[in-house]
Amino acid sequence: MRLTQGTFSFLPDLTDAQIARQVQYALDQGWAVNIETTDDPHPRNTYWDLWGQPMFDVADAAGVMLELAECRKVFGERYIRLSAFDASHGWETIRLSFIVGRPAEEPGFHLVREEAEGRRLRYTTRSYATERPAGQRYG
Amino acid sequence: MDDRARTVTGKDRYKSGVMEYKKMGYWEPDYEPKETDVIAVFRVTPQDGVDPVEASAAVAGESSTATWTVVWTDRLTACEKYRAKCYRVDPVPGAEGQYFAYIAYDLDLFEPGSIANLTASIIGNVFGFKPLKALRLEDMRLPTAYVKTFQGPATGIVVERERLDKFGRPLLGATVKPKLGLSGRNYGRVVYEALKGGLDFTKDDENINSQPFMHWRERFLYCMEAVNKAQAETGEMKGTYLNVTAATMEEMYERAEFAKEIGSCVVMIDLVIGYTAIQSMARWARRNDMILHLHRAGHSTYTRQKSHGVSFRVISKWMRLAGVDHIHAGTVVGKLEGDPATTRGYYDICREDFNPMRLENGIFFDQPWASLNKLMPVASGGIHAGQMHQLIHHLGEDVVLQFGGGTIGHPMGIAAGATANRVALEAMILARNEGRDYLAEGPEILAAAARHCTPLAAALETWKDVTFDYASTDTPDFVPTATAAE
Repeated sequence: MRLTQGTFSFLPDLTDAQIARQVQYALDQGWAVNIETTDDPHPRNTYWDLWGQPMFDVADAAGVMLELAECRKVFGERYIRLSAFDASHGWETIRLSFIVGRPAEEPGFHLVREEAEGRRLRYTTRSYATERPAGQRYG
Repeated sequence: MDDRARTVTGKDRYKSGVMEYKKMGYWEPDYEPKETDVIAVFRVTPQDGVDPVEASAAVAGESSTATWTVVWTDRLTACEKYRAKCYRVDPVPGAEGQYFAYIAYDLDLFEPGSIANLTASIIGNVFGFKPLKALRLEDMRLPTAYVKTFQGPATGIVVERERLDKFGRPLLGATVKPKLGLSGRNYGRVVYEALKGGLDFTKDDENINSQPFMHWRERFLYCMEAVNKAQAETGEMKGTYLNVTAATMEEMYERAEFAKEIGSCVVMIDLVIGYTAIQSMARWARRNDMILHLHRAGHSTYTRQKSHGVSFRVISKWMRLAGVDHIHAGTVVGKLEGDPATTRGYYDICREDFNPMRLENGIFFDQPWASLNKLMPVASGGIHAGQMHQLIHHLGEDVVLQFGGGTIGHPMGIAAGATANRVALEAMILARNEGRDYLAEGPEILAAAARHCTPLAAALETWKDVTFDYASTDTPDFVPTATAAE
């Protein structure tokens, strides 16, 4: 399967040049870009691991791309996403978030159905990858 | 208009009998509205021979304290405070016999936090008043002090996006079609295919409630199977607006509670349930972490014609106060009424924290929203992937684009239709962020994206000639005037 979280997952994987243009767009809006990684891509796993702090004071996409290259060296087998944070009043939230790295194989999720009262079902989405301990899930 | 009719004062004011409204204190051309006043602007069309200022003063009177004759019991009250005051009457540009009447209402005339009370005054009896041929509520200025008495959107754009983990692009939806007749099991199939193919949401139509072909519990259960299955297959949050509209509040609460129990992130109501029911559901949604979708069923009966009724911009303001999270607000390019400039006004009302006066968009007043949550507009009705550049240009990023026929009618199937829409959307946002002139280059951007996406190529081919190019009935009365370059 292909995890379709993020703004651009239905397009072919972005090239570094394309990623840099999106980063520059975010920086030009005054947003801080953040690099995050995970080996647990559950749709409600909100808190991916931070790669350092959000880059509040970087004005040039090249700076972000250097950090991304470093991150890929360490976590090339994880999901990596870039998110852009807008601190302006009324937003104070993420304004753009897209995947820039994914494992070579994405095993996907198992939908567990627990039969409950009446015709109800309780659903659990379980990532096949997380059946193994953290650190041993991909690659 | 410069009518210097003076308010009669003292003993003469309360002599039994009938007196012109403009002499009773409902026409005060020197009045300066207070910061806390509610202000309404009406389009007044007096009957032939009726003085426009008198007609406008009558609107002020009939929407506040007046009745047809003088009553002495006014003197038991601070009646000058409670009288609405018409302070300005302007002829409507290019529309003979119509006038814009500006009327200020003291804040004490209204119960805090009640749309029902506000509307019972402002659009109560007065719309049937005989001396008027027609009357339309064009816009309102709601003071901060009043805005703050309302809950506002239960979830709001920011929190909705955070919960769904979807940022930086419009959300995508589709209304299940055919809107009537599918069994629960077949209905869920459409939901599953559309969500699996790439949509974020599917939607019940306005008149899907609980009919012989599909009772509501059947629909809810099959829809949640579809949502959860699509979520597991994509690793992405999905939702379906379960329409809980019903005959009574008790039934609506029952359906909403069931939707919550089985794990839905969103429920839906129709505008026809009424303002009080909407406010009740907004409270329920806030208490239960639920996104509340509003379908504006019925609004065109009173919003579409310019001479009589209530402008949709006013309905939008009331709904932001009332506390829904989504509202259908027009597509500009689709099959339903929607002039671009007017629609822009609705979208601004939903999404901005402050609306400056913009007559060219039909916005008559500065409107503060005082940090009330933002309301997500929904564009639905006759739109397709080939219009993606125009949709983003007109409607921006914080909107749900709903392609019903444009998903389900796809020649390769529902999932392919959904994929086509999602790819078109992502390609256009990518191009926009790269600084390209995406409006002019839209067709090329779509064609390039279609080279790696067969469903998009098929969608573009199928609907390439579809446009809905008809004149709008509800257009602004003012055009922007060019200012000389300094």
